[in-house]
Amino acid sequence: MTQMTARLGFFVLLMPLLLWLALLIIIPHIDMFLLSLRERVGVGEYETSFANYLILFTEPLYIWTFVRTAVMSVLATAITLIIAFPVSIYIAKIAQGRLQQILFMLCLIPFYVSELVRTFGWMILLRETGIVSNFVQWVGIVDRPVEFLYNDAAIMVGLVYTSMLFMVVPLVTTLESLDNSVIEAGYDLGGSTLSVMREIIIPHAAPGIMSGCIVVFMLSLGNYLTPIMLGGKDSLWFTEMIYNQFIVRFNWELGAAFGFMLLVLSSAIVWAMLRLTGQTLAKTME
Amino acid sequence: MTPDLEAVGLSKTFADFQAVKNVSFTVPAGSFFSILGPSGCGKTTIMRMIAGFLEPSSGDIRIKGESVLGVAPNKRPVNMVFQHLALFPMMNIADNIGYGLRRQKRPKAEIARKVDEVLERIGLPGIGQRKVDELSGGQKQRVAIARCMVLEPDVLLLDEPLGALDLKLREHMKLELKALQEAFETTFIYITHDQSEALVMSDQIAVMNQGRFEQVGTGKDLYYRPQTSFVAGFIGDSNCWEGKVESVDATSTLVRLDNGSAIHGVFDDRTSHVGDSVDIFVRPESIGISRNASDFLDCENRLSGQVHDVIFNGAASRVMLRDSQGGTMIEVALPQSGGSTDLLKGESVHIGWRAAQSTCFVKGAV
Repeated sequence: MTQMTARLGFFVLLMPLLLWLALLIIIPHIDMFLLSLRERVGVGEYETSFANYLILFTEPLYIWTFVRTAVMSVLATAITLIIAFPVSIYIAKIAQGRLQQILFMLCLIPFYVSELVRTFGWMILLRETGIVSNFVQWVGIVDRPVEFLYNDAAIMVGLVYTSMLFMVVPLVTTLESLDNSVIEAGYDLGGSTLSVMREIIIPHAAPGIMSGCIVVFMLSLGNYLTPIMLGGKDSLWFTEMIYNQFIVRFNWELGAAFGFMLLVLSSAIVWAMLRLTGQTLAKTME
Repeated sequence: MTPDLEAVGLSKTFADFQAVKNVSFTVPAGSFFSILGPSGCGKTTIMRMIAGFLEPSSGDIRIKGESVLGVAPNKRPVNMVFQHLALFPMMNIADNIGYGLRRQKRPKAEIARKVDEVLERIGLPGIGQRKVDELSGGQKQRVAIARCMVLEPDVLLLDEPLGALDLKLREHMKLELKALQEAFETTFIYITHDQSEALVMSDQIAVMNQGRFEQVGTGKDLYYRPQTSFVAGFIGDSNCWEGKVESVDATSTLVRLDNGSAIHGVFDDRTSHVGDSVDIFVRPESIGISRNASDFLDCENRLSGQVHDVIFNGAASRVMLRDSQGGTMIEVALPQSGGSTDLLKGESVHIGWRAAQSTCFVKGAV
């Protein structure tokens, strides 16, 4: 009897999680998958086939956008890591007490503002009549207004800026868990800054680096707002393709196939990153 | 022969706090030197200055006669065993020990051979491929020492490395550390707040208090001939009383305690004057206890009192006695031989000790 109640209690407590998983993740995805397998052969007539997926691979624009989005996201992740790592070391190991809290807050505060407003901030800086353009004219590097927006560099700046916090937080957490005396021991036994970094700090921070990279990569890959706003209408971002299929072209079948391919792509790249660095997903979630 | 380590007028000031005040000492080659003091006395600061993690505010540190001021920690011929050992958890044991050798760019075969050799010497052959967290506390301890010793440093610094071990293992490691030091013939500088660790292992002990060295000497010196009241109180147990000098003669000094009892004592190499305020230290183990007053006829100090309490602690058992004259509480070691083990609360007993066993220090004198 008590065993029965215990088991019942277990399921009741588990129910919100199960409902969430089933209703919001599993069912929509199954539905999307089924949708992506429908080929429109006539008005209101459908057949089951992989035709939608074939379109993705045969149409150069689609496959180019697909690859481009993946490469840009990987690049954005790498740049974010390179910038965030020294920042995190400073926050976790060098800054003391109040300064540490203030620096951490400074990383967090931009996120009090919505992503839209933050991206507008970059547009104000980078547009043709913006601050950066005016500044380079004033300095005398150029003699005409320069458009900094609507190119890949602007997209990259936006993606890195949006992702920074999600890299800094896991990095600071893992770096803080590294005992200072372990770093000191590294120096004491003859290590240089470079070798202490390579043999002690980076191996210790590896799970944090990985989880930061996974989050940033996913965020970049799935980002819609930043590429559109900073890269313009022709920014060739894959999420934009999905949006167009669903909303503009009203071709839900193709949109679903695109969405599903994005899921496959992100899973594949995360898996490859884990394999490459010898990490496991469980370790990065600690 | 040049000493392995020499500190001259070493001082360290943090913002508004002077952690180390003008400390000088010399450590001969191949000896075991301990710095013993309560926490916050500045011993870790000295250690970190020798290792190179802190720059002294003034003074000099010389290793084998050469000043190491301004030399980075990774360039100094000293290595340190950290308080929590600081083994690298991301490496196996062989890589941990080989870390320093890899930094010296030694050939791989030589590193492997040296690692095997040192593992053999610490009595843990064949554990090279294990992970750090697979070892027991005592094994980690030895690996941490091996990781330093494989680099053949001139001086090995040990920062309370036994603190994290349980009592039995600590007792065992004390002897083992001493044996390792003798086997490697390296100079060990050991800092601790545990007097027993210092007494058991050291050739020389410096007792440190509030940034100064109070006394440097062998364990025996510190125990039998303390030079300051801090050392007398810190090393071993003591009864400590305050009083005033009443009379001074050739062999001893008579001190009147604040509560009226009179104690005969001696001053260590110091002259005292009638009327001086003094501290008197008497070790519980130097006081005799008996039911017969006649046992103490040759003692200058003879008192009687009531047993207030018997504290049983094996070999370190104590009798708390209330002096029947002045009411002073006196702690007396309970002898394990002779008929005193069956003392009961409230019983009247006699105690006595020689004047030479009560050490007096004039208050305020350094």
